[in-house]
Amino acid sequence: MAKKIPQINASSMADISFLLLIFFLVTTSMDVNQGLARRLPAPIPPDQKIEDKDINKRNLLVVKINSANQLMVQGQLMDVKQLREKAKEFIKNENDNAFMPKLVEEDFGAPIGVVRYTKDHVISVQNDVDTQYQAYLEVQNELVAAYNELREECAQKYFHKAYNELDEDQQKQIQKVYPQKISEAEPKNYGN
Amino acid sequence: MKEVTYKVQFRNPQATELTKLEKKSLVRYIYVGTPTAEFRKQYGAETRIQLDDAFAETKEIGEYIINERSSMKESEQGLMTVSIKADKDTKMGVIADIKQELRRAYALKISYAATQRTSY
Repeated sequence: MAKKIPQINASSMADISFLLLIFFLVTTSMDVNQGLARRLPAPIPPDQKIEDKDINKRNLLVVKINSANQLMVQGQLMDVKQLREKAKEFIKNENDNAFMPKLVEEDFGAPIGVVRYTKDHVISVQNDVDTQYQAYLEVQNELVAAYNELREECAQKYFHKAYNELDEDQQKQIQKVYPQKISEAEPKNYGN
Repeated sequence: MKEVTYKVQFRNPQATELTKLEKKSLVRYIYVGTPTAEFRKQYGAETRIQLDDAFAETKEIGEYIINERSSMKESEQGLMTVSIKADKDTKMGVIADIKQELRRAYALKISYAATQRTSY
């Protein structure tokens, strides 16, 4: 007669390992690599003089952030929550307001066709040396959001699809209608 | 998972219009924040920059970027992205200096690391 080997009750092992797996899944901190993507302008060659580009005043939206993180848009104090609407209004200029960027007619090809758009508008962000990073990023975020919303609207109107569902060429077409023009000046001291 | 051991501490700012960084091998990081407790005695509590796993000066960024870029494949060098991981209370002066340095090194694709904001 064979010797009887005592057996360990392992029926709960699966449960235990499953619990352990879930425990480590929850506790591991995954560093998500997300961020606000921006593009810096190319450097100015040292021998080249910095010339003031002549931008028509109506084409310019000046956004200033001071050292106390207060926002000033076109000389008016503003809350950051209102910035998105203001920027959209400025970029679109639907009513051909004389104080907003000049509208230019251009053919963007099917299915968009001939559209009037603010070709030369520029949004200029100026911040103080002591501006908080969070405040600066919020402003950048709202401006990018304004462009994203306009592009989304455009995609829905002409392609009846969400912007990120379009193919690359179609996205480029829309980007031409709403070119992202956020300019950043060198930081200066705007009082305290 | 972390890329390196942080010698500076930073709390991410919040934003909504975020994009994911695609290829990790093409991303280089610049950490900006105050030194962690163990380094505070040596380096003080002022905002510092960390490249890879060491403290660095703003001036060293250009060289670092150029070195890192030359270690990449030639076809991918133009796709390099620099992710700036800075504390939300950093003064813009520091960030502006970093940006100038990056411009000079032709690292024009940047990303401001942030977390998704759920509400105002």
